[in-house]
Amino acid sequence: MIPSAFDYHAPTSLDEALTLLAQGGDDAKILAGGQSLIPVMRLRLAGPELLIDLGRIDGLRGIEDDGDAVRIGAMTPHHDIASSALLGEHAALLCAAARTVADPQVRHRGTFGGALVHADPAGDMPAPALVLGAEFVIAGAGGIRTVSATDFFEGLFTTAVGEDEILTHVRIPKHTGWGARYEKFTRVAQQWSIVAVAATVRAEGSAIAEARVGLTNMGSVPIRAESVEAALAGCALEEAAIARACASAAEGTDPPTDTNGDADYRRHLATVLATRAVLSAAGG
Amino acid sequence: MATAQSTRTTSITVEVDDMTYTDVVEPRMLLVQYLRERLGKTGTLVGCDTTNCGACTVHLDGQSVKSCTMFAVQADGHAVTTIEGLAQGGELHPMQKAFHEKHALQCGFCTPGMIMQSIDLIKEHPDPDEHTVRDGLEGNLCRCTGYQNIVAAVQEAARTTRESAVSTTEEGAA
Repeated sequence: MIPSAFDYHAPTSLDEALTLLAQGGDDAKILAGGQSLIPVMRLRLAGPELLIDLGRIDGLRGIEDDGDAVRIGAMTPHHDIASSALLGEHAALLCAAARTVADPQVRHRGTFGGALVHADPAGDMPAPALVLGAEFVIAGAGGIRTVSATDFFEGLFTTAVGEDEILTHVRIPKHTGWGARYEKFTRVAQQWSIVAVAATVRAEGSAIAEARVGLTNMGSVPIRAESVEAALAGCALEEAAIARACASAAEGTDPPTDTNGDADYRRHLATVLATRAVLSAAGG
Repeated sequence: MATAQSTRTTSITVEVDDMTYTDVVEPRMLLVQYLRERLGKTGTLVGCDTTNCGACTVHLDGQSVKSCTMFAVQADGHAVTTIEGLAQGGELHPMQKAFHEKHALQCGFCTPGMIMQSIDLIKEHPDPDEHTVRDGLEGNLCRCTGYQNIVAAVQEAARTTRESAVSTTEEGAA
């Protein structure tokens, strides 16, 4: 279907984009890669009066070393994240998750920032960003502010980015040399995650020194499985011990019930996938 | 709407299959609509209309994209290659040849998109195993073939492409 008519602007500076956004108010929408927004507009579930395309603003795209972190422009496509050597070294979990997003064509257009601000509970990038302790750099009329990962995801399709603000960059603290695995469960190709588990692990000898474990689609926002992380600290690199540590993966979650499975099924899946993800991240 | 000036039509300049076009379009015009309805390039097909089937796959600056999930205005200043721009001097592209020789189609509806995505795939994976081919074609649906001959065709095109790269290098060295 053809979307309803809209005004279109492709500003070349962030300031211009912010001004347009402020003028457009509720009727304005930001267009990043468009791989979620355009399908929704075509179904006429969204009908913005004004579309502000960030695609022509320099400096919003790219992956850079930033000291103790890697700085990623919000308009960086998933494909670039998946294939980045810099991220492979310092935040392998992001690469692993980006490789599972939709399909290759969508990964060429869809952006990291777009996926984070869209905040689909079944989207693959929020949980890895959460567990890696991402810092979100947000621009608005009042200047730049930084929001921590724990405060960024507020609810279903809702983040800390205000109506008149734009996410410009994300800083990912380096987890150099940590093993990683994004274990995504789907029934058919290019499906959204029924449940997925993001795990990254620092091993020392034959034990896990530290682990970060995040859950996708186990609630309205990505969830950090803190009890699993605590149980994994010092855990032997051995399947039975890891499975015991991951048994509490569904604790405190509120997964949806839909045609792909009910909440109990998802709680069970979370423990199974967490075990697989941690084992794989630890090199097992 | 607070913007003073209406922007419900806009001028774009796009290179498509090595020809430059300048047109006035509505911003809501999808790239696939522009290709088919304005330029008459009906080799690029609309299948599912929902970003799933990949029949509308084209290259934007050399990367595969779904042209039903992009506005034509987003292609302004960029280069698009469609299935119609692959053959050079009457000679089919190696991927087109391989699809023909391996009988990688039945009804043929998915074929333009399959070929465009497969070219992107072997650029990134010059010697793909079966799993890599199937994974790389995740965004392209075929409802006839069961994919078996498509996988064979992609591997065949990868092989001929590698071999011609080697012979070109040898000629260069000689």
